[in-house]
Amino acid sequence: VNAPAVDLQRRRAIKVGGLSLAFVWLGAGGRAQAFINARPQSGDAAAASADGNPAFAPNAFIRVDAVGPVRLVMPNVEMGQGIYTGACAMLAEELGVGMDQIKVEHAPPNQALYGIPLLGEQATGGSTSTRDHWTVLREAGAVARTMLVTAAASRWRVDAAGCTVERGVVVHAASGRKLAFGALAKAAGALPIPPKVALKDPSTFTLIGKPLRRIDSPDKVVGATQFGIDAKVPGMKIATVKACPTRGGKLVSVDDARARAVPGFVEVVKIGNAVAVVGEHFWAAKQGLDALGIEWDLGENAQLTTAMLTEALAERSRNGATILGRQLGRKPDEGKTVEALYQLPLLAHAPMEPLNATVHVTPDRCEIWVGTQVPVRCVSAAARITGLPESKIIVHNHYIGGGFGRRLETDSVEQAVLLAKQVKYPLKVIWTREEDIRHDLVRPMYYDRISALLAKDGRPLWYSDHITSGTVLARWLPEGMSKEGLDDDVIECAAETPYAIPNCHVDWVRHDMPRGLHIGWWRGVGPTHNLFVIESFMDELAHAAGKDPVEYRRSLLANNPRALAVLNLAAEKIGWGPGSLPPRVGRGVALGSPFGSHICLIVETQVTPQGEVRLRRAVVAIDCGIVINPSSAEAQMQGGVLFGLSTALYSAITLKNGAVEQSNFHDYRNLRMNEVPTLEVYRVESKEAPGGLGELGTAIAAPALGNAIFAATGVRVRSLPIDRSQLVENADALGSVVADSGHGHQHGPENV
Amino acid sequence: MSSLVAMYSLFFAAIGAKSGASSASSPQTPLRIPLSGDRRMYVLSINGESHSVDVPADMPLLWVLRDVIGLMGTKFGCGIAQCGACTVHLDGQAVRSCVLPVGTVGARSVTTIEGVGATPSGKKVQEAWLDVDVVQCGYCQSGQIMSAAALLGQVANPTDDDINAAMSGNICRCATYVRIRAAIKQAASGKAQVLQTIPAGAT
Repeated sequence: VNAPAVDLQRRRAIKVGGLSLAFVWLGAGGRAQAFINARPQSGDAAAASADGNPAFAPNAFIRVDAVGPVRLVMPNVEMGQGIYTGACAMLAEELGVGMDQIKVEHAPPNQALYGIPLLGEQATGGSTSTRDHWTVLREAGAVARTMLVTAAASRWRVDAAGCTVERGVVVHAASGRKLAFGALAKAAGALPIPPKVALKDPSTFTLIGKPLRRIDSPDKVVGATQFGIDAKVPGMKIATVKACPTRGGKLVSVDDARARAVPGFVEVVKIGNAVAVVGEHFWAAKQGLDALGIEWDLGENAQLTTAMLTEALAERSRNGATILGRQLGRKPDEGKTVEALYQLPLLAHAPMEPLNATVHVTPDRCEIWVGTQVPVRCVSAAARITGLPESKIIVHNHYIGGGFGRRLETDSVEQAVLLAKQVKYPLKVIWTREEDIRHDLVRPMYYDRISALLAKDGRPLWYSDHITSGTVLARWLPEGMSKEGLDDDVIECAAETPYAIPNCHVDWVRHDMPRGLHIGWWRGVGPTHNLFVIESFMDELAHAAGKDPVEYRRSLLANNPRALAVLNLAAEKIGWGPGSLPPRVGRGVALGSPFGSHICLIVETQVTPQGEVRLRRAVVAIDCGIVINPSSAEAQMQGGVLFGLSTALYSAITLKNGAVEQSNFHDYRNLRMNEVPTLEVYRVESKEAPGGLGELGTAIAAPALGNAIFAATGVRVRSLPIDRSQLVENADALGSVVADSGHGHQHGPENV
Repeated sequence: MSSLVAMYSLFFAAIGAKSGASSASSPQTPLRIPLSGDRRMYVLSINGESHSVDVPADMPLLWVLRDVIGLMGTKFGCGIAQCGACTVHLDGQAVRSCVLPVGTVGARSVTTIEGVGATPSGKKVQEAWLDVDVVQCGYCQSGQIMSAAALLGQVANPTDDDINAAMSGNICRCATYVRIRAAIKQAASGKAQVLQTIPAGAT
């Protein structure tokens, strides 16, 4: 499914396939007046001027100085997904510079210059960056190249058509003359902006489609990259913070007598629901915080447990008002009924870089150093908290040590501003990992009743998915809710599947979490939830029909060649088909088309008699349309699939007495090197527009693993994380030694 | 849950014993764990340079590096030796600096990500990391590279099991593990790994 032409005249939701946040906000009532553009916009001159006043800045992305590398301003943030390399490739391809001749800059907060139409603001998320910028960044490069060539041709008094560009130099072959971009910058800057530019024929691409190494790696492998947590501001002091353990609770009082004795202690700073200790260094702040005597008002959620949340969801699923997601045809009168209940847990994001923000509030301005997916939201929040105008809020964005949706929120930045405005010096606030796990804006829980009717030959005639959950969108972007009150994200990849199923009914019951328990975007958003349900259930249908799971899916894809092609490719590469696998080893397939791409994952797993799940092999096949950087596409599949498998195996946030029970990587576990399977990534060549990649692998991981476990054990995985106690072969198995573990400490001691 | 923590500590101690990536204490010189407030001047050898720091004895080396000396390449990830983002070398051995009291360092030389490129194994690892294009967000990679360099400093041609043992204490939330393994093999063998998308020898 490709993004249709964007209608910029009015605000509306657009369908781009598997995307949760596809909204265009322009015109009356829209959130922004303009979005990124290959040509100058109002505000562009000021932005360029603030960015070193380059000799030539034809748009918001390209700065050519008289000397030095071409500077490229990145409209999105780099949090590991490789977008800086991809965006540079798109700009550099058309501009005519090498990837080694550029320097990248983080974009300042500026909705008009860097707002992304698919998200309605300057934000990075929803696997939208390449899809959205594929045309505009190439065009931006072409505009600049055209003007530089025009400047050269005019100086030489030759026809511009006789000039070529190579590695930052305009060449007139007929006369042998050459001029570097820097020497042409001033003259190019004086030229009118061309209304139309020609984009390169894809067959002549020298960068796009070639495996490129990341431009941010050289600094990252020597520890030189500046993440937000690495900001150094003169006079800065360091704080760490503890918020009320229960959601919605408040700070009552603090006894700091012991903290004051900690060497390096500076002071205690309080806000409504949290207390921070400031130190000369983090250790003093941490020691001081641990030494505080804190009294909390635990508030209305003091008794809350996960069981209560689950029960409330179940009750609402039975009795709540439904909002229609999709109705196709009608439920047939006859057929074999298959039905199931699927449940997904709350999840934390746990990016490797703990949340942090450095803030300096003075009477006339507020400066913030942070790595954020939403720089403009940081500006608005700081303005609201300090009472300063937005023009007096300066946000310095940084490389991001993992986002996964966590840094689409500004809660930690707001907290840092609230703390910093009480002190005179710049304050760096660093959350501990415990604070990060316990005070995340968690991925929602889901409670889904799904059913289907099968024809005599096993074909699905109808399916119904009755989804019950909270909604992130209603808080994050209330205007994004449909007028019927639907959050499209909740039904993404459930309302539309790759398969030819003639009738369906998909609806949603909105069940808000208790006040104070905020839910947030999490890598893969709606598709991560719905693909687990739909693709696990497809496996159930294949089983009920007595069909091979790949063959069953294949039979429903006659009219969907792109999805069929990735299914066939993955099946071929893993050698799907009859054959002998060892006992308790199984393969599971899952297929989906989220984020404008198509993906099939086949996982091969072993389940030990003790219920231990060992990942043996994974094969991924994708069709993501035109690929900008095949190396990056592969890396996103490797990482994204493992991120999803890790989550399916280990991750849940649970509540007891209103507080999160997990606290750090020992009880919010992660896949480690010794657990990683062989992983192969294959791609179907395509000339379609680029699809999203950053969340693709994560969204498809859990159902493939669950289906593999079913194939290995006959136990159907209908809730996550995988409950290994249900996978024990028999009572004797638990008592026996793990004779075949082989790798010794392979899975950590809690499992043996 | 505390028993789980204890078991994990054993788990990683075991990894350390196998790979040589042990904690700070060595059998020859049992170290006194200093008490909080036991503050004095420490002279640390870091990346071949001498640094004098006036800090509490129990302050973890991580925060001395970051907040006192200003070497920001070593990262904070968990504070309890679970993720390995803070890994540095003490006399060539990988240690988790977030739980290593500065008072226990003594005269041993500290190597961080900023200095490991000056060691043969560190240089090979960093080059392989670039060639294989390992990094994503990059936040954990300082620690990954330090663990890998320590491994290669001790085992010239590590097996997959050696790699598992040396690297399982380092979490990568982006899950770059497939390429980390390939890069370690390349650094060890000097032979370009056969990667799916980057042809061997491609620049």
